[in-house]
Amino acid sequence: MSAALPVAGEAAQPAAQARYVLRLADTALVLGQRLSAWIGHAPALEEDLGLANLSLDLIGQARLLLTYAGELEGRGRDEDALAFLRDAPEFANLTLAEQPNGDFGQTIVRQWLIDTWQLQIYQGLSASRDTRLAAIAAKALKETRYHYRFSSGWLVRLGDGTDESHARVQRALDELWRFTTELFTPDELDERMSAAGIAPALAQLAPGWSARIDQDLATATLRRPAAQPYPWHGKCGVHSEHLGHLLGEMQHLQRTYPAAQW
Amino acid sequence: MSEDWPLFEVFIRSRAGLEHKHVGSLHAADARMAIEHARDVYTRRQEGVSIWVVRSVDIRASDPEEAEALFEPARDKVYRHPTFYAIPEEVKNL
Repeated sequence: MSAALPVAGEAAQPAAQARYVLRLADTALVLGQRLSAWIGHAPALEEDLGLANLSLDLIGQARLLLTYAGELEGRGRDEDALAFLRDAPEFANLTLAEQPNGDFGQTIVRQWLIDTWQLQIYQGLSASRDTRLAAIAAKALKETRYHYRFSSGWLVRLGDGTDESHARVQRALDELWRFTTELFTPDELDERMSAAGIAPALAQLAPGWSARIDQDLATATLRRPAAQPYPWHGKCGVHSEHLGHLLGEMQHLQRTYPAAQW
Repeated sequence: MSEDWPLFEVFIRSRAGLEHKHVGSLHAADARMAIEHARDVYTRRQEGVSIWVVRSVDIRASDPEEAEALFEPARDKVYRHPTFYAIPEEVKNL
């Protein structure tokens, strides 16, 4: 902020960048929180550990991103303040991330859709002009490659499994597909970030994502649902009814006993 | 569900150059899943750089009943240990 005489528009850049980083952070945080609810309930002990590992990776990504967003914002909020003391309209996660776990198949479909999205985003961000964001993305990309291996493996097992498992994942896909329009529909902030060389252009990432989706669905013998025109706007703070409940549980302790430590 | 999955034995190489060591077993539907499970169960604390898995039923073990016949005959053949060579002073670290 001490830079001499910023040109018009540049002064507001850190604030806009903070809002953009919060989108990435909140998607990771909310999905990590969702996955943590599987602990003790997964279909097998080994899957329990697998989902917990995914959750921990995502919360780790969220911590790095939230800390950075807090610094960019410059209002003295650290990762904990951002995670535990914001209300739903201030959360900027993708609407898809907050959708309920449902059955194991629905969790896998949600995971796979976000993993494939994160693969594209983190890959693009690792070439960002923002070197700090690029470093976080490069680290997250390694984790995401494993997440994708996990979720795509299960997608194929369930899709190309029994009649029951096939029907369940197809139903989950049909249910969640409407939230995928948001993934690659840029808004003003997305466009501003890509114009500044900070974020990849979503329109350029969409074909790669779509091709991967089609390939996996073909292997899993699943049908791609029809495109939905309404994009949802979780990343702008307009959420489905599920986020408030999730935050209620996640933030309960810090809200009830502010600054509690253990 | 895991009762329906076959058992796999897991071997982890802790560092490049070292051998794979048996670390335990787990259930998985197939070898690919077994490697993923092994990664999640046995390499959480950076224990390894390589994983082998093998179906437990594919391991053949010696019969404990035959231990005497198999291992006792080696007991009185101490000359098989390389301890009867005179080692030159110049050779260090042998």
